[in-house]
Amino acid sequence: MSAVIETVQRVLDTHAKLKVPASTLSDDADLYGAGMTSHASVNVMLALEDAFDVEFPDALLTKSTFCTTGAIRTAVEGLLEAAA
Amino acid sequence: MRMPTVITATADARPLDERVAHVADIAARYAGEVDAAARFPAEAVDAMRSTGLLGASLPVGLGGEGLTLVQLGSIAAKLGAACSSTGMVFAMHHSQVLSLSRHLGGSASLAVLAGRIGTEQLLLASATTELGIGGDVRSSLCFVDLEGDKVRLVKNAPVISYGSEADLVLVTARRNADSAPSDQVLVVCDAANLDLEATGGWDTLGLRGTASMGYKLNALVPADRVIPEAYEAISSETMLPVCHVLWASVWLGMARALVETSRQYVRAAARRSIGSVPPGATKLVDLIAELERFEQLVDGMARRTDAIYDDREALGGVGFAVSINNLKVTASELVAQIAIAALSITGISGYRNDGKHSVARIFRDAQGAALMVHNDRIIANTARLILVQKG
Repeated sequence: MSAVIETVQRVLDTHAKLKVPASTLSDDADLYGAGMTSHASVNVMLALEDAFDVEFPDALLTKSTFCTTGAIRTAVEGLLEAAA
Repeated sequence: MRMPTVITATADARPLDERVAHVADIAARYAGEVDAAARFPAEAVDAMRSTGLLGASLPVGLGGEGLTLVQLGSIAAKLGAACSSTGMVFAMHHSQVLSLSRHLGGSASLAVLAGRIGTEQLLLASATTELGIGGDVRSSLCFVDLEGDKVRLVKNAPVISYGSEADLVLVTARRNADSAPSDQVLVVCDAANLDLEATGGWDTLGLRGTASMGYKLNALVPADRVIPEAYEAISSETMLPVCHVLWASVWLGMARALVETSRQYVRAAARRSIGSVPPGATKLVDLIAELERFEQLVDGMARRTDAIYDDREALGGVGFAVSINNLKVTASELVAQIAIAALSITGISGYRNDGKHSVARIFRDAQGAALMVHNDRIIANTARLILVQKG
């Protein structure tokens, strides 16, 4: 498992208010369906920025960016690549 | 004194947006150094030259790009966000380009000269203020003195922004020795025909890169360099509207940069205390609302001016003059207020001259907006205008 996904799961466990541990969800499971509120998703975004030292541009600040673990990983990896 | 520019318009074929972004990148790179050393933003102005931006406002018929005020304002804002002084040089230059190119009065030699702005990418400055006139740019002491087929101008100018960097300086003077102080003409002086003796430096709180030094100006130029049309018309129909729209655009760009830094600061604070809204966030809401008002004000006046750009009567009308004066006053107050609010949000990080959340340089620049042509003077002029305004 990649370091990115581990960090994403840790952030989700801390801030997303999921009913189950993030590691038990599949890559394409709907996080909002698993209990994440839109308010919690803001905290997830901030925590991801802190954890990866990146900033989500406005274009990525949409519900779809944060709807699954896989989508979050794709977005974060894109930002890390752009910063590299 | 700057030697006549030899670069011919390097046909930079890139789209306008890319050329502007390139100049803005360079302006941003040198903004700190320009401010610290209080020096002219030579790198950014060279980039304007190599990308053809010095001819952006020149009508297509004269070899320019014929951009509208909305388009020029958009560029001025982007440059202003990167480096306030660079933005102001762009704004002042184009107000002079249009003051010449829109008022050729059928003069073939002035048309040729205006065309050179595009082909040779000439930088234009202006000498409108004069010692002894009490700061009123609509009156002059100096006068056009005929010497054979040439005219002599001697002017003690307390400010000629980037005067020693310019290729052409547009100078106001009385029409002749017997003319009233307000009977002014505009004379286009080549750097080669111009002697500028510096009378003072430019060590200021902000806008330190505009090199707005004082000079004793002595020029001997061909008589056909006197623009035939009265300066009164050039001033009300072109110089004031263009200056105020483009200055306001530069200040808007500075305001955007201040708000962006404030936003980044608040978001960084939010990351440190996830789950609670940081104290600066509510102030940021107000700041963004103020920026939106600012955006609408500048956009509205730029569009309104573009709409009547070829209607000399409307441009010279009292109603428009009042609005265009109010634009300068309101926009300069807004940028100063936004700077104060941005400093309050970013706190000691913003107060610092270094660090990614510094707002210090733009804060200092922003306080100059109300003073360069003092708002008090503009409001006094507007007060006189509204006495005759109907409806």
